[in-house]
Amino acid sequence: MSTEVMMNILSSETITTLYLTLVSTFFAYLLGLPLGIILILTDKDGIHPNRPINVCLGIIINILRSVPFLILMVWMIPFTRMMVGTITGNRGIIVPLVVAAAPFVARMVESSIKEVDHGVIEAAQSMGAPTSKIITKVMLGEARPSLLVGFAITVTTILGYTAMAGFCGGGGLGKVAVNYGYYKYQDDILNLAVILLVILVQIFQEAGTRLARKFDKRL
Amino acid sequence: MTAMQPTIIRLQNLSKTYGNGENAVHALNDINLDIKQGEIFGVIGLSGAGKSTLVRCINYLERPTAGEVFVNEQELGQLSQAELNRARQSIGMIFQQFNLLMQKTALENICFPLEIAKTPKKQAVQRAQELLEMVGLADKTNSYPSQLSGGQKQRVAIARALATNPKVLLCDEATSALDPASTRSILSLLKSINEKLGITIVIITHEMSVIEEICQRVALIDKSRIAECGEVREIFAHPNSDIAKSFVFPRQQAVKAMLNKNCVRVIYDGQSSFEPVIANMILQFKQPVNIIFANSKNIDGKAFGQIVLQLPDDMPTAAKMLQYLRMQGLNAEEITANDNWEVNAQ
Ligand SMILES: Nc1ncnc2c1ncn2[C@@H]1O[C@H](COP(=O)(O)OP(=O)(O)O)[C@@H](O)[C@H]1O
Ligand SMILES: [Mg+2]
Repeated sequence: MSTEVMMNILSSETITTLYLTLVSTFFAYLLGLPLGIILILTDKDGIHPNRPINVCLGIIINILRSVPFLILMVWMIPFTRMMVGTITGNRGIIVPLVVAAAPFVARMVESSIKEVDHGVIEAAQSMGAPTSKIITKVMLGEARPSLLVGFAITVTTILGYTAMAGFCGGGGLGKVAVNYGYYKYQDDILNLAVILLVILVQIFQEAGTRLARKFDKRL
Repeated sequence: MTAMQPTIIRLQNLSKTYGNGENAVHALNDINLDIKQGEIFGVIGLSGAGKSTLVRCINYLERPTAGEVFVNEQELGQLSQAELNRARQSIGMIFQQFNLLMQKTALENICFPLEIAKTPKKQAVQRAQELLEMVGLADKTNSYPSQLSGGQKQRVAIARALATNPKVLLCDEATSALDPASTRSILSLLKSINEKLGITIVIITHEMSVIEEICQRVALIDKSRIAECGEVREIFAHPNSDIAKSFVFPRQQAVKAMLNKNCVRVIYDGQSSFEPVIANMILQFKQPVNIIFANSKNIDGKAFGQIVLQLPDDMPTAAKMLQYLRMQGLNAEEITANDNWEVNAQ
């Protein structure tokens, strides 16, 4: 394979990986962020304790979190087909990616908000803040640095999932590794795919950590 | 003046129990309390007595198990959540740990309650700036709490609590995390706020010095109940309950151990000035006396307290000295270590 062909494959698959990662992250937060907030609010020490909701949600999240991603993907095939009409291609892969990542996001968000000093939430309550303000201004505002760190971890985790999805018809650098490394023993392109994955993870992780530090006013 | 003022906070048969069954903790037991508009009211008690629970019931951060809480003539238990939130905008609160938003500047912290009250942004910023000026932090507008000292953080918290022009300010151990100098400056700030704005202040503390410094009336809480309640000067002069005595005479035991023969206790209750009397007595009798214990306090410009003196061994002189003290209009009595002398406090 010529270098040029290799580079073309790698660059277009890198873009696919980024696309899958970011779109999945977006939908994972769309679902996971509210779920994380509900976990916090309904906790027994939360501002709207509700044991049934808290326990049910916790169990569902734990179940989804304990199924390994590859198995989840296979297990979800009927659901995925129902949702988007296909189980391969970008569309078919995003569904299981989101379902796997959303519970992860919910736990990340929960643990970030848990770090917020309960006294500050009480102070807001003493001012007559409605729950919506407490969520947006106190919980999310005060947890911002931790949420950014969590975001970076989530993005890199989802990036890892997209690579695994390459085994099941997903596109991106994972597919490159599977097709050329696993089936065709082309070590050069396999190595390059791995290096690119490592670089992407480094970039996201570093950017997240830096942003978090920049935004943290407690230092 | 307090007697004339209308009641602004009324607690009626208030009880609060945490948990239930075997694990139940009765934090408050049948509390009745009237706090008058414009006064600085203290609540003192040992750790775990129920002080924080009491103050947190006043803005319903804690929902009482029984009884009523009236603030500004509203019974908080009758209000919907939205109404309660509105009522809370006229009940400011400050805390031991300040509880500022750490990711927001001093100015943004003060704007927060105004945002909740839906004050237009521009107006809110202007108000916040005025408040920063009032608490002496005009130069810290854009500082984050992590860049401020404890005393400065509490000033921001006070400004924030006052932003919505509350009628009441609740202070839960507001100076307990501060050094003595910051404590004094925060207390004098609270006093000036009370005088300037007429805000009713409720001060929770475990330190008698805080009560002495700024409170007009005080309730002593012991084991979830109000043991005693009244004018601070009255309680200093005539502590009745055990808890009041332990706060007024903290060194009681140590003093008793030092008592010898010919000891007298002179009670100083704001009627006359004390020090010159002792000095004059020594000059007149040309005999030294030993001051075993002295505890005098300046309350509202008058001195209160007591002095325990050991008079000369010579009995006739001691008797004449005692007579001399009484003739000066002082309340003086002979005491021994066996006397339960705090009970006889006049
Ligand atoms: N949220 C709570 N749950 C259970 N017990 C509590 C809670 N808050 C306070 N208590 C208990 O109630 C009692 C009074 O507490 P508190 O009002 O904080 O006392 P203080 O402020 O005088 O130190 C204590 O025994 C304390 O352990
Ligand atoms: Mg307390």
